[in-house]
Amino acid sequence: MPDMIALSHPASGHPQQRQFNPYSENGGTILAISGADFSVIAGDTRQSEGYSIQTRYAPKVFRLTDKAVLAVNGFAADGNMFVKQVRQRLEWYRHAHAKDMPLRAIARLIQTMLYARRFFPYYVYNILGGIEEDGSGAVYSFDPVGSYERESCRAAGAAQSLVQPFLDNQIYFKNQVPQPGHPHPKHLPLTTVIQLVIDSFTSATERHIEVGDGLEMFVVLAKGSPLYGLENIDGVQEMTATNDGERLFVVRRNLKRD
Amino acid sequence: MATAAVYSSPGFDFSNEIRNNFLASKGIPLPKATSTGTTIVGCIFEDGIILGADTRATEGPIVADKNCEKIHYITESIRCCGAGTAADTEFVTNLISSNMEMHALTHNRKPRVVTAMTMLKQYLFRYQGHVGAALVLGGVDATGPNLFTIAPHGSTDKLPYVTMGSGSLAAMAVFESGWRKGMSREEALTLVKSAISAGIFNDLGSGSNVDACIITANNTEMLRNVEMPNERVQKERTYVFPKGTTAWKKEEVRKLVVQEEVRLVGEAMDTD
Amino acid sequence: MDHFPMQWGRPRNDTFDAYGTYPVAQRTYNGGVDAFSAGVQHTQQPIVTGTSVLAIKYKDGVMMAADNLASYGSLARFKDIQRLHPVGTNTVIGAGGDMSDFQYIQALLDELMIGEFTEQDGHSLGPSEIHEYLSHVMYARRSKMDPLWNALIVGGFKDGKRFLSYVDLLGTTYSASTLATGYGSYIAQPLLRKAVEGNEDTLTEDEAVKILEQSMKVLFYRDARSLNKYQIAKISADGVAISESRSVETNWSFAEGIRGYGAQTQ
Repeated sequence: MPDMIALSHPASGHPQQRQFNPYSENGGTILAISGADFSVIAGDTRQSEGYSIQTRYAPKVFRLTDKAVLAVNGFAADGNMFVKQVRQRLEWYRHAHAKDMPLRAIARLIQTMLYARRFFPYYVYNILGGIEEDGSGAVYSFDPVGSYERESCRAAGAAQSLVQPFLDNQIYFKNQVPQPGHPHPKHLPLTTVIQLVIDSFTSATERHIEVGDGLEMFVVLAKGSPLYGLENIDGVQEMTATNDGERLFVVRRNLKRD
Repeated sequence: MATAAVYSSPGFDFSNEIRNNFLASKGIPLPKATSTGTTIVGCIFEDGIILGADTRATEGPIVADKNCEKIHYITESIRCCGAGTAADTEFVTNLISSNMEMHALTHNRKPRVVTAMTMLKQYLFRYQGHVGAALVLGGVDATGPNLFTIAPHGSTDKLPYVTMGSGSLAAMAVFESGWRKGMSREEALTLVKSAISAGIFNDLGSGSNVDACIITANNTEMLRNVEMPNERVQKERTYVFPKGTTAWKKEEVRKLVVQEEVRLVGEAMDTD
Repeated sequence: MDHFPMQWGRPRNDTFDAYGTYPVAQRTYNGGVDAFSAGVQHTQQPIVTGTSVLAIKYKDGVMMAADNLASYGSLARFKDIQRLHPVGTNTVIGAGGDMSDFQYIQALLDELMIGEFTEQDGHSLGPSEIHEYLSHVMYARRSKMDPLWNALIVGGFKDGKRFLSYVDLLGTTYSASTLATGYGSYIAQPLLRKAVEGNEDTLTEDEAVKILEQSMKVLFYRDARSLNKYQIAKISADGVAISESRSVETNWSFAEGIRGYGAQTQ
């Protein structure tokens, strides 16, 4: 078949050595939304490569402290290794200062850790959610080499292009003119935010082949914040580990498995 | 006479091939065609053929159609499952269906499955794989039940159980462990359903529902959505926008009702 | 080089998918290379390769299966290779991919286990520690652009807990109640998931063996780099037990009565 070879080779005609590709894409989507005194960080639990499901349950959202949750998406090996190293740095901080690192400091730490690998990046999109020292809900989003920004909502990963426009419309009220005498609210209540997160993932599951199997949603509540009916949500589980005042919950839901 | 200027050869026009390759090398690739990622299968049982298909159509990682029909009509007792480029499977089965009807009228006989198979393979071979249709063709004719696969380059296979598409390995695993010679209709339908389900749940290119088609000597039964294991869940909120939500820059109201006066000219016709 | 296990060990020039089997068989170009391209050649390709490894959880522990073939491209080169390797008393690792890299990993693990044993501190490495160690080794090597070309499954049973996890040449890890590498992830995984998912705590040893036997048979039917001679490893409260090589009965008369590939009838 010598004539067939020419079809599939670069235009130059010279065979070139193919290099080992150290990266892969493992699908899935993550998102985070912050409110006045809470933060919600969520991700689906499917890990895939190509057209194959590797596992139906691989967490992408990780508790760092009682007031900080990190979601990682992209190349799973880099993601897991990165979370491991962030956690190690946070432990060292705890040993040095006898307290948990504040959220904005974790954000800056993540930036420097990502940029340290500027020329062999972690192929990972990070979203950090939690409660700031002033008690406000916060979301920080990062690109793979460490550029970051504080926002009130962000989606990343395979279905970013499906979910982000929906959040822009429903959270930031983009392209929505307020009714006369009813201005858009500055902050959405927790119940609404949770509903929007669930709807984002059921919709992304419908239309993106790499999203599905399970939803894992962390909710961080500020010091002294009421539960806002969180205790009545199906399958909620408290994950709080310290007595600092912030409370951490996780909600798990099934998503379609096709 | 400048006949060359108006002459066009039959079939596809490849004259833009060089231009397209140049554009692709400059980073402007051709638009992507919708492909049916797909699990399609067929199997022989004691009185005929059962074809099966999932119902997901994809454009890259996006689901383009959640409930498309991949079992195409060829004749009353011959059907064809299509995987690959959606447009190609649609057109090629349509064309051959039409030609089969003409063939039947010409010869005044029920057409055979091998006829459809030969038409399809000759058509696909002519286009050297550029018509990206991977097919499972099945039916019952005067010679009995017949089952084939036809690959995009025009090669064919004749086997008692076959699978195609990105979920073909998942589905074939089910056939290899469950198929037996001379299965009953119920056994075969159960097997086909679980082969398609294996594709739906293990292959990301396949999803949604199961379609099946049971063809016997004197009856064809199309079982559309015979299983629906992936029903859409109820959304948590309703997304209805109040009137006035969309901003506008200019308002213009036009009257679209045209009024006209009808005046009688001359004497009215005598209708009595 | 390609890191998809299904493309491993195919030195022939099969870049062109002549039979339109896309997306299953997109194969790598393995033709001649420029002799001056690099002084040190980090990046390699697998040479002598093993195919799929299967593993499932069952009531009393974890069970794994792998055949005894090591291929040299399309040549069935060695037919008595053991690809299930016990590590300590609670763990088995199964390997697909390059067999020389696998033997190097065995040497690393031997060293690790001896080092740990000589501590005599009352601790021993269990399956989760071994998996963690391997994932770090694999990730470190991929980060040096000098990967160990394997897909590994670590199965074990320790302190009443089942453990089953995967790691490959990229350092990618994951766990599930059923795992398969190489072609097994396309062919056997659907069968394993259907049989095991949700039944992990009720599946008996006999049922687990049957599921693996059936899957190995289907793999032998459909994976051209497989062999009908394989071993099954059982890891339970009783420790590790790796079976003698065995085979399954196969049947190739399914298409009797069918002639040709098209219009032929004789």
